Amino acid sequence: MDVLTDNFSLYAEGFFGTVELTVYSSALALVLGFVMASFRVAPVGSFRVFGAVWVAVLRNTPLTLLFFAVMLGLPRFGLVLPFEVFAVLALGCYTSAFICEVLRSGINTVPRGQGEAARSLGMSFSQTLGAVVLPQAFRTVIPPIGSTLIALAKNSAIAGAFSVTELLGTYKTLSELGYNIVWTFVWIAVGYLIITLTISAIFHFLEKRWGVAR
Amino acid sequence: MQRTHRTPLLPLALLLAVSSVLGGCGREGSPPVKGPQPDQLPVYQVQSGFTLPDSGTWNRAKKRGKLVVGAKEDQPYMGEKDPATGRYSGFDIEVAKMMAASLGFEPSDVEFRTIASANRETALQNGQIDYYVGTYTINDNRKKLVGFAGPYYQAGQSLLVRTDENDIAGPQDLAGKRVCSAAGSTPYQRIEKDYPKAELVAYDTYSVCVDNLLTYQVDAVTTDDTILMGYAAKVPDELKVVGKPFSEEPYGIGVPRGDNALRFALDDAIAAHEKNGDWKKAYDATLGLSGVPAPTPPAIDRYPAS
Amino acid sequence: MTESTALYDIPGPHARRRHLLYGIASTVVILALAGWFLYLLFDTEQFTSTKWSPFLYEGIQELLLKGLGNTLKAFAYASVLSLALGAVLAAGRLSEHRVLRWTSTLFVEFFRAMPVLVMIFFIFVALKVQPLPALVAGLTLYNGSVLAEVFRTGVHAVARGQGEAAYALGMRKTQVMTYVLVPQAVRAMLPAIISQLVVALKDTSLGFLITYEEFLHAGKLIASNLDYDLPFIPVVLVIAPIYIGMCMLLSWFATWVARRERRSPKTKAVDVAPADPGTLLPGAQ
Repeated sequence: MDVLTDNFSLYAEGFFGTVELTVYSSALALVLGFVMASFRVAPVGSFRVFGAVWVAVLRNTPLTLLFFAVMLGLPRFGLVLPFEVFAVLALGCYTSAFICEVLRSGINTVPRGQGEAARSLGMSFSQTLGAVVLPQAFRTVIPPIGSTLIALAKNSAIAGAFSVTELLGTYKTLSELGYNIVWTFVWIAVGYLIITLTISAIFHFLEKRWGVAR
Repeated sequence: MQRTHRTPLLPLALLLAVSSVLGGCGREGSPPVKGPQPDQLPVYQVQSGFTLPDSGTWNRAKKRGKLVVGAKEDQPYMGEKDPATGRYSGFDIEVAKMMAASLGFEPSDVEFRTIASANRETALQNGQIDYYVGTYTINDNRKKLVGFAGPYYQAGQSLLVRTDENDIAGPQDLAGKRVCSAAGSTPYQRIEKDYPKAELVAYDTYSVCVDNLLTYQVDAVTTDDTILMGYAAKVPDELKVVGKPFSEEPYGIGVPRGDNALRFALDDAIAAHEKNGDWKKAYDATLGLSGVPAPTPPAIDRYPAS
Repeated sequence: MTESTALYDIPGPHARRRHLLYGIASTVVILALAGWFLYLLFDTEQFTSTKWSPFLYEGIQELLLKGLGNTLKAFAYASVLSLALGAVLAAGRLSEHRVLRWTSTLFVEFFRAMPVLVMIFFIFVALKVQPLPALVAGLTLYNGSVLAEVFRTGVHAVARGQGEAAYALGMRKTQVMTYVLVPQAVRAMLPAIISQLVVALKDTSLGFLITYEEFLHAGKLIASNLDYDLPFIPVVLVIAPIYIGMCMLLSWFATWVARRERRSPKTKAVDVAPADPGTLLPGAQ
């Protein structure tokens, strides 16, 4: 119990580090994932190949290796950035591959006939996309996006193992200070539970509000 | 159908190609390394007939026929493992060998094992290793968990910078500079407390910090001067240690906490090797290669049995 | 594209010509990017012989192979044990005893919500376990819990009538499970199980963070050696394709199994559902 009260600011720092990391990486993952998903459903072959390679490579690379490659590889090209940015890059790119697949299958759940109907009504491509395909796709992808982002929040622990700007990373400082290691971990676990349950609650709400059962 | 059959072959072929390259045509041995060379190292007189019946650790080691010593693997000139040969080298390793000789073990009966800093106490407590020699600073917190023989060397926190760096001459110049150290370590916490204007960067190992220093991600790396001297000695054209040490880090040999017999035997052994010149020979053959002359060893702290 | 999708129709000759143009233009851009990347690699001297020559020595090759062996060893232990744990937990969740059901549900939900790395570190640091057992235990707890959900979904996915028919024949619950439901569920769930094993294979690389001497650890040892001029990029260029290759092989195997199962009449009763990478969403079913 003392571990938490004595080091509340350290825990809070770690907790918000994880939250921050999760939020920024989620934003990057969603944007990149959307771009890659549109590549994968594009009518142009080279776009599709690029998207497919992106997904195949990132989905099959261990995240630890990716962290390593980003954290120590990019500086070799003269890039000087803080660790947090590298962590966001690694987490965001990794997760974008999963988001891409979720979005793609979401778009694929929209029946072909709907697009054909929209076009026969004279709707343009952007109208079809904005008024027919995306709204429906959005509803079906809420739950899988939620679980992907929960996985992202959990994966941010890897950043903590490399450095300290994150919840798991706090254990190193606390164990050096000689605190009871079991309790240290109990509070770390509680922190992660709060984060994952919050994401889960947000998406549960979204699902209730907009989701549809097909 | 054809496509589905062909696709899995690609990674398979890749794997085969890589493994054939790996397995097929290898040059004998290992790449040349800088650092302590095996033929330059001193040989220590093995105390044949030595017994230490009061020490449970010693008895177990004797029964096993070999000593298991915990060490570091990523600190050049202190405790470094050659990736290719698996051979450990450095000053800490030499100290460990001296101790083994005094305890009556032949050099061939000593097995080194890498133990991460976070697990040193555990490894000693549950008997994974008989003793630990690896830049292990003696302090009161740790004394509650393990026993310390020695100190056998007095280190101090210092700064490592690139040779083209002229602005940093000591910790007072760190304001606004990016300083790297191991996450949660004592040097890290000291900078955080005493030099709050420095911008701290933490990584899990010092090798990542040094890598970051060489790629201009950080301006300085801080930890014990011994570790920094080792890195500087590996690439003297690129790295240098600056300033006077600004802390005192007496290095001890970690032993299981209750085993006072072993602790006192190691204290005696350190004293004996300092006296007969082995200590200096070992220093000159390892850490001394960095150009820093051998200091006087610190006084041994023979604290009472607990 | 030979089919229209919800997004666009089959392109006509005009659109096809335009797409071809886009295709060529984008290929040029992608190739230019790749070329620039390669130029950067050469420019920052990643292909010098000092950086690559370590790989020529047998000592280094043995180190890498030993690391790869350790990775596969951890993977083998972790997959066998998680399958076993998954089976036990699934049985618990499907049990008729309330206490058993609740305990297993709690267990499964907790370990799915915890980052696997936190579990591994907890076991390694706090419970003071050796690296290999700590890694295997952490992976087993997490993947076992996810697999339990996969098994349970599989059993539920077998058409209801099959279970009812079996009960009507006078079979007991154990018999219904072992003779009717589980064989079909496992067959249908095989792709999902294999893709979860891909996750386990990828996660063995976390062992590197707790000093387990696996493949990535071997790579790091070489990459951080100043004597070899820090051959970091070469190390990544060597070990990344091997990791990706292994995972892709397993993934492709999963897809192949899925495709075969979809055609097999034996799995007609079950709708193959994809593996869910650990969710707490009640509405995600």
